[in-house]
Amino acid sequence: MATQGPIPEIVDPMIDPRTGEYAVIAPGHTFKSVTQKIAGIVLTANTPWAWVGGLFLAATIATGVVIAVTWLVLKGTGIWGVTIPGAWGFAIINFVWWIGIGHAGTLISAILLLFKQTWRNSINRFAEAMTIFAVVCAGMFPLLHIGRPWLGYWLLPYPNTMNVWPQFRSPLAWDVFAVSTYATISVVFWYIGMIPDFGTLRDRAKLPLAKYVYGILSLGWRGSTRHWIRYESASLLLAGLSTPLVLSVHTTISFDFAVAAMAGWHTTIFPPYFVAGAVYSGFAMVLTLAIPIRKFYHLEDLVTLRHLDNMAKVMLATGSIVAYGYGMEVFMSWYSASHWEFFMMWNRMFGPMGWAYWILILTNIAIPLTTLWSRKLRVNVGYLFFLSFVVNIGMWFERFVIVVTTLYRDYLPSSWGTYRATKWDYMLFIGTWGLFTCLFLLFARLAPMIPMSEIRMMLPQTKVRPGGADAEVVVQEAL
Amino acid sequence: MPPREGVYGILAEFNTPSELVHATEMAHRAGYRRMECYTPYPVEEAAEALRFHKTRVPLMCLLGGLAGLTTGFLLEMWVNVWGYPLNIRAMPLFSWPAFVIPEYELTILFAGLSTAFGMIAQNGLPQLYHPLFNAPNFASGATTDKFFLCLEANDPRFEPAKTREFLEQFSPVSVVEVDH
Repeated sequence: MATQGPIPEIVDPMIDPRTGEYAVIAPGHTFKSVTQKIAGIVLTANTPWAWVGGLFLAATIATGVVIAVTWLVLKGTGIWGVTIPGAWGFAIINFVWWIGIGHAGTLISAILLLFKQTWRNSINRFAEAMTIFAVVCAGMFPLLHIGRPWLGYWLLPYPNTMNVWPQFRSPLAWDVFAVSTYATISVVFWYIGMIPDFGTLRDRAKLPLAKYVYGILSLGWRGSTRHWIRYESASLLLAGLSTPLVLSVHTTISFDFAVAAMAGWHTTIFPPYFVAGAVYSGFAMVLTLAIPIRKFYHLEDLVTLRHLDNMAKVMLATGSIVAYGYGMEVFMSWYSASHWEFFMMWNRMFGPMGWAYWILILTNIAIPLTTLWSRKLRVNVGYLFFLSFVVNIGMWFERFVIVVTTLYRDYLPSSWGTYRATKWDYMLFIGTWGLFTCLFLLFARLAPMIPMSEIRMMLPQTKVRPGGADAEVVVQEAL
Repeated sequence: MPPREGVYGILAEFNTPSELVHATEMAHRAGYRRMECYTPYPVEEAAEALRFHKTRVPLMCLLGGLAGLTTGFLLEMWVNVWGYPLNIRAMPLFSWPAFVIPEYELTILFAGLSTAFGMIAQNGLPQLYHPLFNAPNFASGATTDKFFLCLEANDPRFEPAKTREFLEQFSPVSVVEVDH
């Protein structure tokens, strides 16, 4: 992921003079300095006021979830805007949107690890955390959408007195397996990644309670070489397992649509187009989180412009796949010569909800895919922050367009209706933003946001020269 | 079982991975076998010097994956063919292509869990107490920026004075005796 291009004239210490690229880590760091920097965020006794304020605000917004869910449990899904024919509304849109956001975390932690993209090391931990919190928000929606969430365990295959079992030919049953496996493996991968860092926190903590808690969380990690080798082997295997997993999860979600015989859903392009869209929105969310975090905690040395540039490039690539998907949908609605497909596309573009389609084109295609080609804009932090919101809005509208415009005008004009979300839909959706932010802020305060052991591995001091102490003089001079 | 009293081993502290790897290699050549390196990040060269190559973690992953696949297949087949047969769109009861996704997910689930827990179990974790935590300089260094080599007392070649002398020739930052 190297940006080739003319070397800027201004001498920037962050730019490697040999390649003209931004460095992945600022020069001059040692094992100790990176450890102090990252562990210091967690172990400081002074909780920043901005953090407290942010948590308060996020918790206030998150109460929307509590209120909306309480009312839903009391009254039933009738308080939502879902009706016939638009039986899938915000719940499914938000479910797909949130889980798609999570996918970038797994892509960064697993796929980029397998591709030996070491720049990912400094962003992978909080991207994984983002995945887990996004899955928490996502998982809530289908569970509530089933109407009686306290009977959610009926979705699982277990022996029961009714002698009823799940129907394994249904994509909705596949979803249960895909999403629960995804949540479990993401949590396990995230925790395994943090074990050595919890060891560091245990050893650096001053507070007895912190020492105690991090000591237990670290499982007594002591950095033994034999442990490290098994640990590395397990990390690689988990990455190898997560890679097909992340692709399968959004594929399965796209099957929820593609297996149904509805115009606009019944297409073979859905799996790749959904996965690319998921990664697109996920990287946008990583930028939304990474940009304020690196500024607030002064992590510009570790999350450099190189990271932002690379993430913007991934967005450019996945965004282009999504654009191809949109193009193919339009083409196939004409080329299939299916009356229903053609009408669906016409209705999607120019029907009563056509505005949603054009917002989607504007925010997912027109703004990002024209500007991300410019290197100047890719390393412009303010612009990327703005763009990350644009793409997140765009990807939400993509799901809105897919779910709503197909359903509200189906085969029989006599059954046409419309879809209008209610205040409870909005309250629950906005509440999940608060919940997500709350969880993320707690994570940033209590756990190492950047994997310390992996950052240490990226420093030039790790080079081992044969000959021990004598060679070390040479090494020190070379540094 | 190692003795629970007396000396656990002698711990040498180094500033750089090169010195650690060199000392470990020399200790291996001198005939020491019961020894271990402790580093703040994985140092593969140290594992080479310890002659530690093979782990059983990949085997656990494979076995877990096969168990998951079998579980998924048997579960779905039993449920849809015998336990609760339903006629869906006149598909055959044993419609195996439709079973692939839950099988696939269970394969990954079982493989992932057995890899993670297998790794932890093989490492003997959780082990909240270890004699090395008694060493005054271990906790502040091993997980931050120092590199340690411990020659353990249950090695047949271990003799407190001679082993200490052996380690001191590699000019470590410190050499300390660690008690149980």
